[in-house]
Amino acid sequence: MSAELPIIQAQQLRKCFGPQVVLDGLSLEVRRGEILAIVGRSGTGKSVLLKHLIGLLAPDSGRVLVAGEDIHRARGRHLERLRERFGMLFQGGALFDSLTVEENVAFPLREKTRMTAAQIREAVHHCLKGVGLEGVEHKYPAQLSGGMRKRVALARALVRQPEIVLFDEPTTGLDPILVRAMHQLIFDTHVQFGYTAVIVSHEIPQIFEIASRVAMLHEGTIIAIDTPEGFQRSPNPVVQQFITGSLEGPLEPV
Amino acid sequence: MLTLLARLGEATLGLLAYLGRLGLFLLQAVVYVFTPPLKVGRVVRQIHFIGARSLLVIALTGLFTGMVLGLQGYYTLSRYGSEAFLGSAVALSLITELGPVLSALMVTGRAGSALTSEIGIMRITEQIDALEVMALNPIRYLVVPNLLAGVLVMPLLAALFDVVGIYGGFLVGVELLGLSSGTYFSSMTEAVTFADIKTGLYKSLSFGLIMSLICCFKGYHAGFGAAGVSRATTDAVVFSSVSVLVLDYFLNSVLL
Repeated sequence: MSAELPIIQAQQLRKCFGPQVVLDGLSLEVRRGEILAIVGRSGTGKSVLLKHLIGLLAPDSGRVLVAGEDIHRARGRHLERLRERFGMLFQGGALFDSLTVEENVAFPLREKTRMTAAQIREAVHHCLKGVGLEGVEHKYPAQLSGGMRKRVALARALVRQPEIVLFDEPTTGLDPILVRAMHQLIFDTHVQFGYTAVIVSHEIPQIFEIASRVAMLHEGTIIAIDTPEGFQRSPNPVVQQFITGSLEGPLEPV
Repeated sequence: MLTLLARLGEATLGLLAYLGRLGLFLLQAVVYVFTPPLKVGRVVRQIHFIGARSLLVIALTGLFTGMVLGLQGYYTLSRYGSEAFLGSAVALSLITELGPVLSALMVTGRAGSALTSEIGIMRITEQIDALEVMALNPIRYLVVPNLLAGVLVMPLLAALFDVVGIYGGFLVGVELLGLSSGTYFSSMTEAVTFADIKTGLYKSLSFGLIMSLICCFKGYHAGFGAAGVSRATTDAVVFSSVSVLVLDYFLNSVLL
């Protein structure tokens, strides 16, 4: 596999929920090793796009290639192998609330590998340390703050050392300082673990600090994709209005 | 007239599609029961949750059902001078009918609603998606253990219900109303055949399956937010209770 081949290629994705067209012939390429940020207004289908990339939702037409393999055609073991390349951080964390922090992070290892209990404990502690959490192993998710829960979820997403990590609004509901800290954490773990990241985010302009490229999703397609500098200079009035958060322009405040 | 017909057709198609989805869901779960790995730990946990923790409520309802049967049966039978048949009347109605049905209804209320809301909350908080992303099959993890536990546990609970109920009938008929205990039990051993016990067993097996199937299905397909989960839970309890009663009628017509 050549290094130039994009790790994820979404081609002509189209998805409707009833009469509502969410993705309208969307195409997107994620390059190996980059941090790609996907921005766009609330309810434009950013999370839906993310779920298509990992095969949780199937498109009405179009396809998603992960390292050249169509994830929506994969079944059984084949699909499992493709999924194992991914980690995903869900919007609310999606931690198992009946398990402790340690059990949550250990879960993928216990279920999917033949590691011994000692090796698992080692790996879990390494990951929790990597996200800056120590001493909370035996707490339950409900006993943690929102920021800590996202860190645990990140540790769980990273514990099997995936090639690609998808972040669904990793900073929603966090205060500005925690937003920065979370971005820093994503960047640091990206460097440390060497994964490709796709981040759905609302954090303008903070996301520009860590992203390699920024893509804007609008009316079911990617209307702009560029480096953060290029993106901010985009002549597209929709992009400009979105960045400045202005009420004047082509976007209607609904 | 035409709209009425259209609406009728729509409702029928909707029902058929729904039953189809339920059937596919069951089929998937059954396939995973027979393809390893089976999550034995989770099966045991669910047996504990659905079975062991229902013991008290089953014993209590069984006792009072038996006592009511004893009382009602005694007065009805004594009008015809045949109170000697009290034991067989109590035992037969418990073993073939009331034991399986009432224990299924009680378990639906106690454990089925909890299953639906637990799975429903996992659905709306994306925990089910998280399982899938980890390349773990949510049906294998969440549905199969509940189905197995339901099928294994329901006959045992029904049996307990029967035993406690028979003892409840004994308390009222013999201890309170003065029937001789020999009459109570001997009429029972003469009247109850193995076929009756099998009828009760088949019933509670199918009730266990239908209860856990519907409750898991409803939770798995819960709508959005807290309202979605609460509606799924209500639907699950109503649908499984109604299905138990409907199925009971059809099983009766086949088995009796």
